[in-house]
Amino acid sequence: MIQFEGVNKWYKKYHALNNICGEVRKGEVLVVCGPSGSGKSTMIRTINRLEEIQSGTITVQGENITNPKLDINRLRAGIGFVFQQFNLFPHLSVKENIALSPIKVGGKTRQEAYEMAEALLEKVGLRSKLDEMPSNLSGGQQQRVAIARALAQQPPLILFDEPTSALDPEMVGEVLNVMKTLAADGMTMVCVTHEMNFAREVADRIWFMDQGEILEESTPAEFFNAPRHERARKFLSDIIH
Amino acid sequence: MIDFLQTYGLIFLVGSWPNGPLGGFAGTLLLAALGLAGAFPFALLIGIARTSSYQPIKMASTVWVYTFRSIPLIMIIFWAYFLVPVLIGMEVPPFSTALCAIIVYESAFLAEIIRAGLESLPKGQIEAARAVGLGYFQTLLSVQLPQALSNMIPSLLNQFVSTIKATSIAYIIGVQEAAFSAQQINSIELTGTLRTYLILALFYFFLCALLSRLARVLERHLQNKRLGLAA
Repeated sequence: MIQFEGVNKWYKKYHALNNICGEVRKGEVLVVCGPSGSGKSTMIRTINRLEEIQSGTITVQGENITNPKLDINRLRAGIGFVFQQFNLFPHLSVKENIALSPIKVGGKTRQEAYEMAEALLEKVGLRSKLDEMPSNLSGGQQQRVAIARALAQQPPLILFDEPTSALDPEMVGEVLNVMKTLAADGMTMVCVTHEMNFAREVADRIWFMDQGEILEESTPAEFFNAPRHERARKFLSDIIH
Repeated sequence: MIDFLQTYGLIFLVGSWPNGPLGGFAGTLLLAALGLAGAFPFALLIGIARTSSYQPIKMASTVWVYTFRSIPLIMIIFWAYFLVPVLIGMEVPPFSTALCAIIVYESAFLAEIIRAGLESLPKGQIEAARAVGLGYFQTLLSVQLPQALSNMIPSLLNQFVSTIKATSIAYIIGVQEAAFSAQQINSIELTGTLRTYLILALFYFFLCALLSRLARVLERHLQNKRLGLAA
């Protein structure tokens, strides 16, 4: 579903992504982990071109996304993206947040979009918050609304950029549970996360990144029990105390 | 005082109207209202252009803002008064001249308020809008402007207040407005200077105080709405 071929990115002289190659298959959950500054977020943000790359190619559903003729809005409408800081639109109610893209991009009527919003909120357990403003919700609830907003695009693929890192510890579980439900439904997911239990339970594969490179690509069992790379061993011992 | 108001009340209110152009307080209100209504759409475009990543557009809008923000209004009025008739080869009534000058001048200040409002939004808002597939203009209209404009209301009303006061300069080219009426009354009366200008001052004061008050109320209302407190 996603292919990286020799992808490089620099910020001035800093080599942020170093020859990234890899593939995400349909229906799989890929967890990307690594120390901060390792390029995980940059990598995931290149997939819907929130970050541009300088060389290599990225293909999403068979389409080369660096093609200058590509309709970037259509590409993005087909990829869900969940941010660390939720980024709900504070001037719109929960329902309007979810319905915005279906109305403006998906060509749905207001009523269809609101019905869809209601169904999606049901799915993330926030049916009662339909008309609430985002600022009245807790962090965990906001992130679940953000997931519902991504689902409203009916994407075959959702990217999660550290979805639980900005949350109070007691709210992490509710967001991860929603993500587990999606995984069980067969959604293709790429998750940048430090939640190693989630990785162990839900991931089909793990990429370990450091200094802009994918150092290790393995299954959770291999990665947690027998990490091959020195830096992966160090990372795991740091993070799992 | 009653006597004075009876004699000159009408000149204060509407100037020499209906025997001449509408002036006095009504003239000021009209000039300020048209000036702001005219300046705002320009300012919106210029303010948005200032945040553009397309260099020619950004440069042009920057030049506009820096030029007209750095010149006193009275200079722009003079330039318009003496230059525009030469350029277009016909007389322009003072009111229109002053109106154009005010629009040009205020558009530069309002544009900066709008630019600041747009740039003060968290970057994540634009990213989120683009990530759900909205285009540049859709993002601007559905996500950036609604938030920026409501954040900007206090600054905008502040600028409106200063525009109302700025219109008084237009009396210098003979535009019929409140300051012009006061000047007229003063030259008829000769002895009532303090009285005359006190009334003028009170007019500006109450109008502007009212607007400032309105700004407070609106600001609170919007804050409540965002917090989800409004019914």
